[in-house]
Amino acid sequence: MAKHVGERMKRVEDGRFLTGRGTYTDDISKPGQTYAVFVRSPHAHAKIKSVNVDSALNVEGVVAVYTGADMAADGVGGLPCGWQVIGKGGTPMIEPAHPPLAVDTVRYVGDAVAVVIAETKNAAKDGAEALEVDYDVQPAVASAVKAMESGAPQVHDEVPGNVCYDWELGDKDAVDKAINDAHHVTTFDLVNNRLIPNAIEPRAAIGEYDPAGDNYTLTTTSQNPHVIRLLMCAFVLQIPEHKCRVVAPDVGGGFGSKIFHYAEEAVVTWASKKAGRPVKWTSDRSEAFLTDAHGRDHVTKAQLAMDKDGKFTALKVATVANMGAYLSTFASSIPTYLYATLLAGQYTTPVIYAEVKAVFTHTTPVDAYRGAGRPEATYVIERIVEIAAREMGMDPAEIRRKNFIQPDQFPYETPVALTYDTGNYQASLDRALELSDYANFEKRREESAKNGKLRGVGLSCYIEACGIAPSAVAGALGARAGLYEAAEVRFAPTGTVSVFTGSHSHGQGHETTFAQLTADRLGIPVENVDIVHGDTDRIPFGMGTYGSRSLAVGGSAIVKAIDKIIVKGKKIAAHMMEENADDVEFDDGVFSVKGTNKSLTIGEVAFQAYVPHNFPHDELEPGLDESAFYDPNNFTYPAGAYVCEVEVDPDTGECTVEKFTAVDDFGNLINPMIVEGQVHGGIAQGIGQALLEGCVYSDDGQLVTGSYMDYAMPRAEHIPDYNFDFTTTPCTHNPIGAKGCGEAGAIGTPAAVINALTDALRVAGVDNIEMPATPLKIWQALNANKQAAE
Amino acid sequence: MYNFDYEKAASADDAVKAAGGSDDVMFLAGGMTLIPTLKLRLTQPEKVVDVGGIGDMKGISVSGDTVTIGAATTHADVAGSDDVKKAIPALAKLASLIGDQQVRNRGTIGGSIANADPAADYPAAVVGLGATVKTNKREIAGDDFFTAMFETALEPGELITSVSFPVPEKADYQKLANPASGYAMVGVMVAKTKDGVRVGVTGAGPSAFRASAIEDALGSDFSSDAAKGVTMSSDDLNNDLHATAEYRASCISTLAARAVKAIG
Ligand SMILES: Cc1cc2nc3c(=O)[nH]c(=O)nc-3n(C[C@H](O)[C@H](O)[C@H](O)COP(=O)(O)OP(=O)(O)OC[C@H]3O[C@@H](n4cnc5c(N)ncnc54)[C@H](O)[C@@H]3O)c2cc1C
Repeated sequence: MAKHVGERMKRVEDGRFLTGRGTYTDDISKPGQTYAVFVRSPHAHAKIKSVNVDSALNVEGVVAVYTGADMAADGVGGLPCGWQVIGKGGTPMIEPAHPPLAVDTVRYVGDAVAVVIAETKNAAKDGAEALEVDYDVQPAVASAVKAMESGAPQVHDEVPGNVCYDWELGDKDAVDKAINDAHHVTTFDLVNNRLIPNAIEPRAAIGEYDPAGDNYTLTTTSQNPHVIRLLMCAFVLQIPEHKCRVVAPDVGGGFGSKIFHYAEEAVVTWASKKAGRPVKWTSDRSEAFLTDAHGRDHVTKAQLAMDKDGKFTALKVATVANMGAYLSTFASSIPTYLYATLLAGQYTTPVIYAEVKAVFTHTTPVDAYRGAGRPEATYVIERIVEIAAREMGMDPAEIRRKNFIQPDQFPYETPVALTYDTGNYQASLDRALELSDYANFEKRREESAKNGKLRGVGLSCYIEACGIAPSAVAGALGARAGLYEAAEVRFAPTGTVSVFTGSHSHGQGHETTFAQLTADRLGIPVENVDIVHGDTDRIPFGMGTYGSRSLAVGGSAIVKAIDKIIVKGKKIAAHMMEENADDVEFDDGVFSVKGTNKSLTIGEVAFQAYVPHNFPHDELEPGLDESAFYDPNNFTYPAGAYVCEVEVDPDTGECTVEKFTAVDDFGNLINPMIVEGQVHGGIAQGIGQALLEGCVYSDDGQLVTGSYMDYAMPRAEHIPDYNFDFTTTPCTHNPIGAKGCGEAGAIGTPAAVINALTDALRVAGVDNIEMPATPLKIWQALNANKQAAE
Repeated sequence: MYNFDYEKAASADDAVKAAGGSDDVMFLAGGMTLIPTLKLRLTQPEKVVDVGGIGDMKGISVSGDTVTIGAATTHADVAGSDDVKKAIPALAKLASLIGDQQVRNRGTIGGSIANADPAADYPAAVVGLGATVKTNKREIAGDDFFTAMFETALEPGELITSVSFPVPEKADYQKLANPASGYAMVGVMVAKTKDGVRVGVTGAGPSAFRASAIEDALGSDFSSDAAKGVTMSSDDLNNDLHATAEYRASCISTLAARAVKAIG
């Protein structure tokens, strides 16, 4: 049988996507469906004095109007947070209530106050416009740093000072001592800019209630339908889980923003029973800007201590993380366990201390966004290392080399709670330097200078913890769920295979990658494999897709189920060949017996499994259908080296990315084309964060960048052709040897771009610039310096 | 969208009649600006009169020293026109820099200038090349057309039928695009004409204007250094998240210098 693993197979799902035949939530209509429009607060902070629903109910076509009071009266609970962070001194984080519809207070622009349900979307909009809400506007605060100041407006009464938790990791005394004793200490203050996710498909949800069986169905734009079912049923609506089906059909991108259980999902599900009709809600783009969980938003102070040779002796980091107005599903874990635990980077820094304060503000909730915590960590490390190199007069590649964890040091235990299983950082950096022609950079800099342009080069050597997550570790760190994955592999009697996976695909290409993996393991043609995902009634269980976990964890669950299929197949084959199962071998789709010429194809065995005319019932069960749960032993640690070159026009501050080289170590690759596609997108998002995307709130909490007129997304024109290569150290603890590739680009890129940009601006005396480094900011920095010089 | 009546006009006369000089009637051309505005419920016309299908308002003609473009001609048609590329390449270039291909396939010159977005590109050409805007009832000089932010000399129900551009000796358009919207943060049209140098600026102020200081400088010395040497005042320039007034002022000179360099 032809091998598929390692092939650049075209994505099987693209046929339907490219011809407009995908089925997204908004494409689905239910008989008797109604339309929901949410009435949202225009104020960042206000008391709700009254809501007059009659004015909306009087609008033609309006079927029902519900408010937070109606939900409270039905005993509906708040949206839960899935991760409890325990702060300094054992103090647990404070978790204020998060009602799906605000009850007496609104806490961000976009906070939902009521839902209007009507025969048409237009009638629902009319109703929403007619609804009268009397607000008592209160002072608001949008910046996390300002929210901690005394006298700042309070977001929740139960969170005095707005601090959700004050958490630490690492040995503070040892770090302070090392800083004290250091030859040199580099300090760096930074803002990791807040981002708005902007998946191409806005969120949507359809709630349906069937009184015949007392069953609910929620169709929703989710990365993890089982997680939504669990959270919504158990915490919000108190529906028995077996009475609720959650379907996530084709989903047009998530980037993390579709992990979370959102208010609208609970509201349409609850309202479908209340109104006795299916209820559909589709976000428009403006609503998406206001209500999809945002990403990043850190303010950080960092210190890196080193000896006279530039060997790092300690790192100290203090971060203020904006949580927004409420704790979104995984918000609390992002700036802690997905951030501070990564602060060792690729280096042997012996002691590290991190302190993180998570703060409520009157802004949209903030949660995981592509990379989630790891881009923030990489930005801290890779910027401060670059600055340190400049201060020490060392080549940025040299300082990194000097501090890399060496290949023979794995498994390597970092001072911030992780154990890296494998890696070869030197190899990826060497390859990246070669591929980017780093050695001749100065020539290119001179060429640019001749044209009046400033050119710079920047490196970034990132590491991430993916394959989220070993449940035991996650549980010890406060996760309220396990983070394994489930799969079922089912043969049909005629030998075709359906794989039911808990990993959800919303752009990642699982229908191809998983089919390649399955086909090779079973020795069958890839066309005979179908990948099924996104439906709690069809899939045994699933924790979903995020944290670059699908192949490493979900794929491993599939492999585990396949292994069970093979064990069972051996038994059936042994029975058919009248041999002992222990003597049966399986290779490339064929069961055979050593030392004989007896063999059977897996298709023949599958057929017999379903036509068991002479099975000994006490020994052999009919059917060929196995399921498995896979819980990883460790995280996986993808890593790589990126080299970016930019050119700046000093007259206008325009900055173009001229060259971008990425050398990644993702372990074993199943489909290199899909992997490259993931990195392409990730780098584009990283360039977006570095140069373009910046979410801006006014001081009083109005979202200033609330549309594409003001929020700049990366476009094709902003992105150069990439130079790519891979180095490979297979993951040591999963059966595939894969590490995950979905987030790497977004993690490694921002530091590479800003390192390059600040390198370009150095000649003009500019040594730092905040993201997004827009033409205006670059021009201002250059000009401020010119004026200072005059 | 709120409900409104819709009428598709077969001719400019029909369109004007259908509008009846009313403030509550809006013309629809490419719909690239009007339809999003309607969808966001930011405007509530009683009636929309579609002029996008009027054949007489489409097309490009060159006669003598004038290029005339029908008001309903799309940006893509202007950008791709061999006649325009030959007579006023700067105008074809400007049209090719508007939005993206989809927008250029729908958006029209009449809709663009009637809308008078301070960040739109065409106004730089209308002012910088000294165009004449022809309506159903009169001709309006390019210099007088844009009156304030989103305001023009048009009266309610007045329909632009075409825009005529005198052919300059040489011209070039330079644009510094807003990183988010792609509209002009600053756009500068520099034209060398037999009557002197004209410099039209869009994106920088509440509406398009002529940079007379740069015109004067280039009048005596048509060089990029001369343009660059002019320090534009930032008074009355737009100030927003993406560009401060000072930045815009500086970029006007820079872009004018680039245009002069491109002209050669
Ligand atoms: C994504 C996007 C990007 C864009 N980027 C740019 C850009 O970079 N630069 C730029 O300049 N523009 C840009 N635009 C705007 C684009 O050029 C529009 O096409 C233009 O503003 C309006 O032209 P239209 O034909 O679509 O007019 P419509 O939207 O149909 O109408 C706009 C207004 O003009 C009026 N009107 C239309 N025709 C006439 C007429 N003949 N006489 C009198 N009044 C009339 C209408 O009543 C309405 O008020 C962009 C638009 C979009 C959607």
